[in-house]
Amino acid sequence: MVNSTGKVIGEERYFQPEIEQIGRSELEAMQLERLQRTVWDCCQNVAFYKQTFSQAGINPRSITSLADLASLPFTTKQDMREAYPFKLFAIDPKNERVQRLHASSGTTGNATVVGYTQKDIDIWGDTFARAIAMAGGGPDSILQVSYGYGLFTGGLGAHEGGIRMHSTILPMSSGNTKRQVQMMKDFDVDILACTPSYALLIADTAIEMGYDPANDFNVSGAILGAEPCSEGMRQDIERKLGVKMVDIYGLSEVMGPGVSCECRHQTGLHVAEDHFIIEIIDPNTLQPLPDGEWGEVVFTTLSKECSPLIRYRTRDISRIVPGECPCGRTMRRMDRIAGRTDDMLIIRGVNVFPSQFQEVLAGFEELTSYYQIVLTREGPMDNVTLKVETVPEFPFDQVRLIEQLEQRLKGELRSNLQVSVGIRVVEPKSIERSEGKAKRVLDLRDEQGA
Amino acid sequence: MIDQVTVFLENSTGHLAALCKALGDAGVSMHALTVADTASYGVVRIIADEPARAYEVLNAQGFRASLTKVYAVEVADEPGGLARLLESLDTADINVEYAYCFSTNANKAVDVLRLSAAEGAEEAIAAAGCRLLTPDELYS
Repeated sequence: MVNSTGKVIGEERYFQPEIEQIGRSELEAMQLERLQRTVWDCCQNVAFYKQTFSQAGINPRSITSLADLASLPFTTKQDMREAYPFKLFAIDPKNERVQRLHASSGTTGNATVVGYTQKDIDIWGDTFARAIAMAGGGPDSILQVSYGYGLFTGGLGAHEGGIRMHSTILPMSSGNTKRQVQMMKDFDVDILACTPSYALLIADTAIEMGYDPANDFNVSGAILGAEPCSEGMRQDIERKLGVKMVDIYGLSEVMGPGVSCECRHQTGLHVAEDHFIIEIIDPNTLQPLPDGEWGEVVFTTLSKECSPLIRYRTRDISRIVPGECPCGRTMRRMDRIAGRTDDMLIIRGVNVFPSQFQEVLAGFEELTSYYQIVLTREGPMDNVTLKVETVPEFPFDQVRLIEQLEQRLKGELRSNLQVSVGIRVVEPKSIERSEGKAKRVLDLRDEQGA
Repeated sequence: MIDQVTVFLENSTGHLAALCKALGDAGVSMHALTVADTASYGVVRIIADEPARAYEVLNAQGFRASLTKVYAVEVADEPGGLARLLESLDTADINVEYAYCFSTNANKAVDVLRLSAAEGAEEAIAAAGCRLLTPDELYS
C-alpha cells in the first residue's frame, strides 16, 4: 500500500520466515519437545511446581503429547503474588546467568517479578523483531521506542526487538512529546512503538505544531500495545500518522510485548507459538475450548529459562481466530482482547461483561453514559436490572416515551447479551459519579443467600 | 395554554413528600397534583400558582422537573359536561394524551388536557361550549 506521497505502508516482511511459516506438524513436534523440557525443568528447579505437581499426582515424565498439557494444574496471578519476589524462579537471581529483572506495578497487591537470562532476552527480542517486520520495518528502519523504559516491559522489550532486527533504535521512552515529534520528523523515523493513547497524543501534538505527519513524516508503521485500542482509535491513529498500526500483546508474567502481534492484515494477533502454547479455557469449568470460542487465555512458556510458567491464567478474554492468514504465517492468531475475567458476570449461566452494557447504551442518545448493573436472586433465578438516567432534554412528561425507550433498550440488550435485563430509569444524578473506577456492578446475589 | 410542572420521580418512600416540602418551603401553592405511576418510577404533574418558580426551585434541589404546555378548560360540573368536550375533540380528530380534573367551586370544574395536536383545539373546545382558562384566571 502506497499513500499519495509515495510512502510505502505495511509492506509484507518477515524476521524469521523459516519459523514464522513453519509447517504445523513440525511446529507441534517442536512444541512437545520444549514442553517436556519445561515441565521437567519446573519440577526440578521451581519449588512451587514441585509441590503443585506432586499434589496433583503428576509425573513430569508422563507428558507424551500436547494434549497432556490439559492435565497439568494452572498457575494464577495469586500464585505469582504469593511467590514474591523470587519463589517462581528456576534460577537463583544472583546466578550469573540471570541478567535482568522486570516487575509489574503491583497496584492491587504484591508486584509480580520475572527474571531473564540472556537467552530469554534474545528470544524476547526475536518475538518483538517479528512485530517490527509485521509493521513493515526491517534492519534499514529507524525505530522510535516511546514506551516507558524501566521495570515496565514495554520500553526494553521494544528496544531488544530493535537490537535483534538490527534496526537503528531511538530510545525516547515516554514524555516530552514535542521533542518526540521533532525527532520523529528530523531523524526520518519509520517505525513507532508505544501505547495507542500515546501514539494519538504524538499525532495530535504534531498536528498542533503545524505538521501533517500523514504526509510530511516518514513514519509508516506503528507497533502499539499495553492497553486496549478500539477500532475507531486505530483508524484515527492510522489516518493522522499515515501508518499501518499493528496491535501487539504481551504481559510481563509471560515475557512482555511480543507474545503475540498482528500482521498488516489485522485479522488477529499471531502467537509466537514456538515459544508459547496458547489455550483458551472456559473460566468456570476450566476446560479447554475449541478454536473460535471465547474464553480465558492461558499461556505455557516453552523456552524461558529463568521464569518458566505452566498454564498461566492471564484473566484476559479472547479466542483463537479460525482459518489461515493471508500473510503466510502459520502461527495461529488470537483475537484482540475483549475484556478481563475479573469483570465478567455470570448471569443465568451466560458470561456477560459490563462493557457490553456500555456499548449498547452508547447507541441511545436519550440516555447518559452513567449506568449501574444490579444483580439479585429470586429463588433459583438471577435477576439483572440496569439503572439508567435520561438526558435532561428527554420529554418524560409522556410516560409512553419512557416506556418505548425501556422496551427498545430491553430488546437491544437481549439481542446483544442473550440475557433478559430489567430496565430502571432513575432520577438524574442518582447513579454514583466517580473520578476513578466507578462501581458499575452491584451484586447482591450472595447477600440474599444463594 | 398554561404551564404544568412535570417531575420525574423514583417510586420510593419519601420522594413525593420531599417534592411537596420543597414547594411548600418555597411558598409555592399547588392547585392540583396527579401521579402517573409504574413499578419503578412516577411522573408527577402539578398545577401551581407560580410554575416558573416551582420549576426553578425543584431543579435547584436536584429534582428532574420540566414545564409542559397544557390546556386548562372550564367545564360545567354536571353530568355529561366532560363527555361533550371530549366528543368535540374527537370530531376534530384530536387525541387526548392525558387528562385530569379538579374542582374550583361548586358548579365549575377545571379539566387539564394534554392534546396530540394544537391545530383546531381551541375551536373544538369552544364548539363544546367550554371556556379556555388563561394563566391569570387559573392561578389567582
